[in-house]
Amino acid sequence: MKVSNTERFLNYAILIVFSLIVLAPMLTILVSAFAPPSASAAREGGPFHPGNFIDAWQEGRFGQYMTTSVIVAVIVVTLTVVLSVLSGYAFGTMSFRGEQVLFYVFLLGIMVPAEAIVVPLFFDLRSLGLTDTIWAVALPQVAQSVAFGTYWMRTYFKGVNRSVLDAARMDGASPKRILWSILVPMGRPAITTMVVLVFMWTWNEFLIPLVMSPTGAVRTAPLGLAFFQGQYTQGTALLAAGAVLVALPVVVLYFILQRHFIKGMLEGAVKE
Amino acid sequence: MPSSLQQARTENGGRNGTGRSAPRGGATRRQSRRRPSTQGKWFLPYLFILPAFLVYAAFLLYPLARAVHLSLFEWDGLTLATFVGFDNYAAIISDERLRDAFGHALVFVFFYAILPVSIGLVLAAVLSRARVRGLSLFRTVVFLPQVIAMVVVAVAWRQIYAPDGQLNMVLRAVGLDDLTRAWLGDYTFSLPAVGIIGTWVSTGLVTVLLLAGMAKIPLEHFESARMDGAGPVREFFSIIVPAVRAEITVALTLTVVASLKTFDLIYVTTSGGPGSSTTVPSYEVYRRAFELGQVGSAAAVGVTLTALIFLISLTINRIGDRSSS
Repeated sequence: MKVSNTERFLNYAILIVFSLIVLAPMLTILVSAFAPPSASAAREGGPFHPGNFIDAWQEGRFGQYMTTSVIVAVIVVTLTVVLSVLSGYAFGTMSFRGEQVLFYVFLLGIMVPAEAIVVPLFFDLRSLGLTDTIWAVALPQVAQSVAFGTYWMRTYFKGVNRSVLDAARMDGASPKRILWSILVPMGRPAITTMVVLVFMWTWNEFLIPLVMSPTGAVRTAPLGLAFFQGQYTQGTALLAAGAVLVALPVVVLYFILQRHFIKGMLEGAVKE
Repeated sequence: MPSSLQQARTENGGRNGTGRSAPRGGATRRQSRRRPSTQGKWFLPYLFILPAFLVYAAFLLYPLARAVHLSLFEWDGLTLATFVGFDNYAAIISDERLRDAFGHALVFVFFYAILPVSIGLVLAAVLSRARVRGLSLFRTVVFLPQVIAMVVVAVAWRQIYAPDGQLNMVLRAVGLDDLTRAWLGDYTFSLPAVGIIGTWVSTGLVTVLLLAGMAKIPLEHFESARMDGAGPVREFFSIIVPAVRAEITVALTLTVVASLKTFDLIYVTTSGGPGSSTTVPSYEVYRRAFELGQVGSAAAVGVTLTALIFLISLTINRIGDRSSS
């Protein structure tokens, strides 16, 4: 298509202006994260203070919060992947009574917001003495992610060429063997996308860890940041450094596996 | 392959016509040690689903049913609960604060969904007319707000909106001192100020989605429209918008649901204040259940929110399906 130079110029202008609008708030945080934490620090140490990150890590306890986040994320991602691969395999390759109904029951979970389940979960787990444990924070998130994971893996298994399955069966491979030594290695891209999305959702989750750990014994990184903001009122440097630390793991992963993030979030929208 | 095995397969093929389920029968079991004895049994699919279903039922389905149950009671979380029927639901209409909360959710639908889709449509349409370099870098950048924790986004925007923050600095620099204010503490401006954050988060996602849809429009459509003398505006409404209906549907579903689930943003920026000027249903769930001891009311708000999300996603998809067929 022929386009004039003015139009091309307009396009570049839009790309640049719009990118700047998106980047500006992030740059604001990045700049204040390296700024002097106090007036005296500015006089003595100059304008550039990477030490803010060490202070946030130690004094702001972000080291501790991030460790908790890593543990929660590992539990949620591992369980979600194993459970979703198993259930998606059944929904995607086998036919059985009640298949449709069961699948819709799983789909329901994708739409149910944490707000609806968090209230009864807290009071029921409290009476069982399970609040303030890592499991109270992780398992509700596994349940949410498994709903999505089952849907996601079913789509993958349904898309597998039937002749691959038939050939494997002809060779006498059991369903378990077909799954673990053929379909799972073949489905690495789909599984990677799921891992990436579930990791991001779990790392960024706020309401469930907030409610499930009322004493703060299991405080994840985003919660640590919110509490730090409430307590720490002198200046913004350490708060900004903490914010950068909380965002960093997902952002780094995003730059490495960008395609998986975008594909997953756009295709993951359920359309049934 | 041993011939006996082959025979077993033929046998099996005759038995279940679909050929989808695994071979079954005693013959198979005898012949291969590699096969577990459960293979081919009717309950095999259920066995695969069971672990996922157990966790899902215990930590999502059961709590959801319990939420419906709790919503019919007045309970402070400690003492005995009293059955009140649908009073907690009636309060959503009669209680001013709750009415405000749902009203604000609608305002957020505008800022999170309607505004980004409108901006995204125009942006993507302009960008897809001419192939320029740097489009993939642009995609990477504008999608970034989607992957950053909302708490981090909220901390960044709190700095921008602060009385001595960047927004007021810019306003003072251009001589608009009268407009400067504590944006998040203002009864009139706090709601749109928080809403704009939602627009900032959603617009990139929507634009990337629409760009992908528009890339699929065949060039001939534009060429023949231009031959007919169609200007950019007519081209936009008669070719581009109809072609990306499916993408618009997905974009609206994603962003409307996100707007209804806004919790962290409110918790960190305004806590629903000043007064009740920025409170939303999800914040009321938290506040009622864990700060005010109104567990039943909190559950009712949560259940209503869930119903609303269902209804809206179904409606958007129904309309999307109808107009695309």
